[in-house]
Amino acid sequence: MSNQKDHAALAAAFNKDEARVDWHDQTLWWVRAKRDKAAAQVPDWEALRDTASRIKDNVLSNLSDYLRQFEEAATRNGIIIHWAADAQEHNDIVLSILRNHKVHRMVKSKSMLTEECHLNEFLKDNGVEVVDTDLGERVVQLADEPPSHIVLPCIHWKKEEIGELFHQHLGTPKGNADPQLLTYAARLHLREKFLTRRVALTGVNFAVAETGEFVVCTNEGNADMGAHLADVHIACMGIEKLVPLRRNLGVFLRLLARSATGQPVTTYSSHFKRPRPGQEMHVVLVDNGRSTHLGRADFRNSLKCIRCAACFNTCPVYRRSGGHSYHTAVAGPIGSILSPNLDMKKYSDLPFASTLCGSCSNVCPVKIDIHEQLYKWRQVIVQEGNATAAKTAAMKTMSWVLSNPGIYHSAGKAGRWFMLNTPFVVKNKWNAWYLQRELPEPPKQSFSQWYKKNRKQ
Amino acid sequence: MRVGLFIPCYVDQLYPQVGIATLELLEKFGCEIVYPPNQTCCGQPMANSGFEHLTGECTTLFAKNFAGFDYIVSPSGSCVLHIKEHAHADAGLHDRTFELVEFLTDVLRIDRLDASFPYRVGLHQSCHGQRDLHLAQMSELMAPPFSKPMQLLNMVKKIQLIPLDRKDECCGFGGTFCVAEEAVSVKMGKDRVADHSKHGAEVITGSDMSCLMHLEGILRRQKSPVQVKHIAEILNSNIEA
Repeated sequence: MSNQKDHAALAAAFNKDEARVDWHDQTLWWVRAKRDKAAAQVPDWEALRDTASRIKDNVLSNLSDYLRQFEEAATRNGIIIHWAADAQEHNDIVLSILRNHKVHRMVKSKSMLTEECHLNEFLKDNGVEVVDTDLGERVVQLADEPPSHIVLPCIHWKKEEIGELFHQHLGTPKGNADPQLLTYAARLHLREKFLTRRVALTGVNFAVAETGEFVVCTNEGNADMGAHLADVHIACMGIEKLVPLRRNLGVFLRLLARSATGQPVTTYSSHFKRPRPGQEMHVVLVDNGRSTHLGRADFRNSLKCIRCAACFNTCPVYRRSGGHSYHTAVAGPIGSILSPNLDMKKYSDLPFASTLCGSCSNVCPVKIDIHEQLYKWRQVIVQEGNATAAKTAAMKTMSWVLSNPGIYHSAGKAGRWFMLNTPFVVKNKWNAWYLQRELPEPPKQSFSQWYKKNRKQ
Repeated sequence: MRVGLFIPCYVDQLYPQVGIATLELLEKFGCEIVYPPNQTCCGQPMANSGFEHLTGECTTLFAKNFAGFDYIVSPSGSCVLHIKEHAHADAGLHDRTFELVEFLTDVLRIDRLDASFPYRVGLHQSCHGQRDLHLAQMSELMAPPFSKPMQLLNMVKKIQLIPLDRKDECCGFGGTFCVAEEAVSVKMGKDRVADHSKHGAEVITGSDMSCLMHLEGILRRQKSPVQVKHIAEILNSNIEA
């Protein structure tokens, strides 16, 4: 894992401040509870999930056809389509559009794809200033860190800390953490950017193959503000974001906001179909590993993801380890099954950052079998040589003992073998267990010894 | 009815009283229970760590030990899940293997129990039993509630079952997760323990001893008077106040 700290180490650092972990856990649990309430109000919630999942099955099985259909329809509408095989191509395309217009500063609304492609850093290195206009994104951008959550980018920040950050960067009064004052300051700050930037980049929540339009969902209206005021609108999307028909949106828009934040629908669900007169509209279709992923039978399902982050909010590990512990653009359970496809070695720790409790699969609005894929990734990661030699040796010993009853029973007298070799201590002996927990007390005899004495055989 | 009793390795070694309670409980219902002496482990610890490919011999040994029974019953949802879904899905054992609670409610279909347990009890709903074996409805799904372990606990006299703020949140054990991700694992366990304590539990019960072992480790480190008991121990109890 080179110099990168793994999830366990980053999560341990996050857990040094227990009160903060409690606060983080409770904040996200509150979002999960809101989701439960919103979902319960839809009479056929489970049927809706099932429908969404099947529509996405269709999309994934016919992706190339839908992409061509979308390209044709969008082109007819006057949208300029670009194809990017990977993150580098995506970044180059965006830069070339900016250069064609001799523009060196732009506004951007929340786009996890550009986080995945590290567009901000790339543009900065090429002399382009990017201002993220989603409030949460702006907070983390001012703090010079990545989002910790794909829907709630600065959920790990307390309002007092944002007050201090805004004091430093936007000149708000020191010590003032009044949300109204802070959002008003952000509003003034961003208004100036919206009015003066000629290029706006947005993400895409859904693209409709039938009509060549795309839909951007936000609560702040910042994507609309940017796109409507700019001469050039660049929309970047992963190739899996397609739905076949416009009416499919009736399924997905009902699921998205309820799953994400417990709202019935996002404040703005804006449809972009053609550039207004004098405006230029670009859509960049990005593969960046998605075709490879589509070819992995056990994992292709994860391309159904609509980025609602319900799996983040319900995940007991995410809530107690924070988004940055996943060291990837898309954190949480879904990130743990998407990221190994991008770089298996770098992200080999993520499928293990889970207890396989299964709550993620149950909240997923498109029914991705997330926890089963976590289990399957573990097998792939080990098979492809990403387990440490110590772990492999321990597992081999365990397998040998457990395959040989004679050895197991003679080694296991009253728990002795277990005290030395139990599955959960292979890496750290009993130390890691014992840091904050007592050991079970070994009994005088095992069950099998008791059975031999007390039951006829 | 011949029932093969599968006692998971760590229960055999560390919690023999759970094996004994399971055996005695099943005997009360007239089952012919046999404990094959050469059994060891289902292989889950290796599989969940990514070493499913090393579990072949464990799986073969298990199939050999448990051939010829009408049913295979085990007091662990997690191990049963592994047998059903990962190890023996095609060996004909999966549809004969039951976790103890579901065996009592779905196969034996018991409607009364001669048990008494005069304590305030919190039910820890272990994830594999719940979300994979469907021993209880899951809070994430918009579907009618049910709970097989609660159905059984409600037959116990003098028991007081306490509510929880988060009735199906994971305890953080997670197999090797409990040491590989020690910080998060312990924090999850502490939060579960706090939920039970806050609601006045004297005993935390559940159908997976591994979760309870983790919670017990935390309780004892905290010097808490709260005890853990496997559900088989409560269902097999006859304690008058």
